[in-house]
Amino acid sequence: MKTKLPTTIILRIFRGVPGKQYWEEFELERRDGMNVISALMDIQKNPVTRQGKKVEPVVWESNCLEEVCGACSMLINGYPRQSCTALIDPILHETGNNVITLAPFTKFPLIRDLMVDRSIMFENLKKIRAWIDVDDFRDRGEGPKISQEKQDVMYSISTCMTCGCCSEACPQINCHSTFIGPAAIAQLRFYNTHPVGTFEAPSRLRVMMGEGGVSECGNAQNCVRVCPKDIPLTDAIAAIGRDVTLRAIVDLFSLPERS
Amino acid sequence: MARKEIIVIGGGLAGLSCAMKLAQDGIRVKLVSLTKVKRSHSACAQGGINASFDTKGEGDSPLVHAYETIKGGDFLADQPPVIEMCLAAPKLIHMMERLGCPFNRTKEGNLDVRRFGGTLYHRTVFCGASTGQQLLYSLDEQVRRFEAQGLIHKYEHHDFLRLIFDESGAARGIVMLNLFTLHLEVLKADAVIVATGGIGMLYRKSTNSMVSTGAAAGRLFMQGMKYANGEFIQIHPTAIPGEDKLRLMSESARGEGGRIWVPGDSTKRITTSDGREIPCGKTGQPWYFLEELYPAFGNLVPRDIGSREILRVCEMGLGIDGKNQVYLDVSHLEPAAQKKLEAILHIYEKFTGDDPRRVPMRIFPAVHYTMGGAWVDFPASDDPDRYTRYRHMTNIRGCFNVGESDFLYHGANRLGANSLLSCLYGGLVAADSSRCYVETSAFHEMPSRTFEEAKALEEARGAEIMQRSGPENIHRLHDELAECMCRTTTVQRNNKDLRETITKIKELRERAKNITLDDTSHVANQTYIFANQFEAMLELALVIAKGALLRDESRGSHSKPEFPNRDDERFLKTTIAEYAPDEPKISYIDVDTRYLKPARRDYTKAEKVVPHFENLPKEIPLPL
Repeated sequence: MKTKLPTTIILRIFRGVPGKQYWEEFELERRDGMNVISALMDIQKNPVTRQGKKVEPVVWESNCLEEVCGACSMLINGYPRQSCTALIDPILHETGNNVITLAPFTKFPLIRDLMVDRSIMFENLKKIRAWIDVDDFRDRGEGPKISQEKQDVMYSISTCMTCGCCSEACPQINCHSTFIGPAAIAQLRFYNTHPVGTFEAPSRLRVMMGEGGVSECGNAQNCVRVCPKDIPLTDAIAAIGRDVTLRAIVDLFSLPERS
Repeated sequence: MARKEIIVIGGGLAGLSCAMKLAQDGIRVKLVSLTKVKRSHSACAQGGINASFDTKGEGDSPLVHAYETIKGGDFLADQPPVIEMCLAAPKLIHMMERLGCPFNRTKEGNLDVRRFGGTLYHRTVFCGASTGQQLLYSLDEQVRRFEAQGLIHKYEHHDFLRLIFDESGAARGIVMLNLFTLHLEVLKADAVIVATGGIGMLYRKSTNSMVSTGAAAGRLFMQGMKYANGEFIQIHPTAIPGEDKLRLMSESARGEGGRIWVPGDSTKRITTSDGREIPCGKTGQPWYFLEELYPAFGNLVPRDIGSREILRVCEMGLGIDGKNQVYLDVSHLEPAAQKKLEAILHIYEKFTGDDPRRVPMRIFPAVHYTMGGAWVDFPASDDPDRYTRYRHMTNIRGCFNVGESDFLYHGANRLGANSLLSCLYGGLVAADSSRCYVETSAFHEMPSRTFEEAKALEEARGAEIMQRSGPENIHRLHDELAECMCRTTTVQRNNKDLRETITKIKELRERAKNITLDDTSHVANQTYIFANQFEAMLELALVIAKGALLRDESRGSHSKPEFPNRDDERFLKTTIAEYAPDEPKISYIDVDTRYLKPARRDYTKAEKVVPHFENLPKEIPLPL
């Protein structure tokens, strides 16, 4: 039996700019179907705190609002997730409390309020050469055939929106480490799986051997728990870990390529 | 000789396709985007992309695809670009396979296909139900490859504000706003390509993303760019009603066998498109009204027809619980078909809490796509001046436009799974044609004064917006605009309402001068950024409303019950809007129907037409 929902909710938001962050509370009317984004939109139209103080509207990043673009990540009640799919009512039911806290991710440079700069994740994709080295964009006939099984693996990885939830949850990613993070490792698996992408597999794996590579995963498995797209991140890390070990042995003895 | 440089504004499918092709061909690209390009709105395209391989032996071909695209667009599309796009489609899909796009496969490892709206053929290739996302990501990675080589430089989190012209009037640069620091920056180049997508934010709640504001198109329009067919706005039949947006529920749900229904009521009667009166199903049983009204195409009628029929049924009081909602049912589908729809079924479940594998989804039509856009040139392959004019160039020399933001390919109504195709194809064409333009034109060094003056104009405008002080709130004005646009410029239009809408938009334009910004900071000030965009959005709203007012006929997505028929004599014309301070100036130009005579657009019969195109050129060169 569901409990009766309160008529208002309180968003407790950790906001501000680097070096000057503070909490502010906004009390809003609860509506059916409301999500965190529409609550933030309400604040935009009337940026007045619970204490009656007129303040600047809260800044956040969002775009598609249907959980395919990865823009609107934030900490909601301390949990890294997309704010578009964060529906208010289920949160209220879950916590039995009408206060919901919002905070920016902590593993990325803060821009303002709930907005951070996740450029590092895209730079990491460069490091692992997450692309297929095609000769050109001309007509070269059909692409390679791909089995349903392989397509399934590739598609599951390829829904990664680079939202950063996995990095935020990963204990190995912090200001003292250079760990490349689960998302990039999964993409590496995607490109190593593709029938042509695999030509570059050795060089991608060598990137994973060094500092910040796959061995820095501490196997906490937080990434796979928070991934909004249920991407098999730990499977990818395990698979790439094995491939890296094999590659290291092959490289060490300068063995010829296996077919 | 120094490398030529081209600015590409917009990092969706069209912008990225264009940027990677330019880089491949040795042009240095400056890629400007409101967001990380990987987060562009193309990611929201779900169902698939059309290409006629005829893998099911149904007698499909690229020309049948072209015919259905032209018919689906109610004969308003210029025909040469449509033919070229459909011919190139299979090659484009093969290119995307090579780039690693994970298309669904058959047991043998071939491309799998599904059916989509407005066709009887299986010609839509797909990646689950997130095809746009997958195509976008494949291109994003190619662009990253060139970025790593220093051939593409990205300017993400920047908003385009203004074009900069040389003394001959050619586009040679832009002023843009850094969305993090609010700094104004100037970019110089030999040409500018605009691929800024749709304009859904004019309606606030649509299936579009937050970046689809229409501001870039409005700003270009105010600088003299001609805007074509603005009144043609596609309403998608099936979206999930929501507080902050209306989330798309892909046509592929019906392509895989999903059915639309409302509870039947045999006491009510409805008229079919061929004039018969039939009861509205049986009381107490589901009434699959599209299947009864359009026996041949059923749930896969073109979107304009689907949306109109859903609205008609709801207006008769047959919606679920009397509300503006109907059922979209996939609960009867086999698990294998449901798996292909997993991405969108997840979206539905996450946003409503109901499992669509078990209970029918509740949906309603929503603003989805702009067939109209920048007028662009398209010299056909059999035109003598094919190579002295430039495909995808706007009326502004050196300024190209491509993707949803242009007006080509879709006429008065776009067929499902043709948008990804037109973006991908148009991007490659615009790359070829802009490269040809920059390589054959003589460019003079421009005085730095020209760039400084353009920047100063924006500086002054920005400062003026910041210091406005009045009683209005920009977001509430936006709500008022959206309410009025949704009410009067969507599924059904009438001239009285449209006249009021024009008056209303002008009123909003005045009131916007009396806003006070709740935020005057210089770090990521979203209130200011939006206020700056709003002015241009209003001009585009006027283009839509006035274009709709003057078009006294019904064609494709533009439906006016006062004028229920298509009027080819008066309106087989492309609408051209030009900026004027009070309201846009509207004129008309002929549609290029050189290969196929317009015919009645009928979706009640299941005949597979062998199209008869006349005078088709023997050889049509394609961009790949």
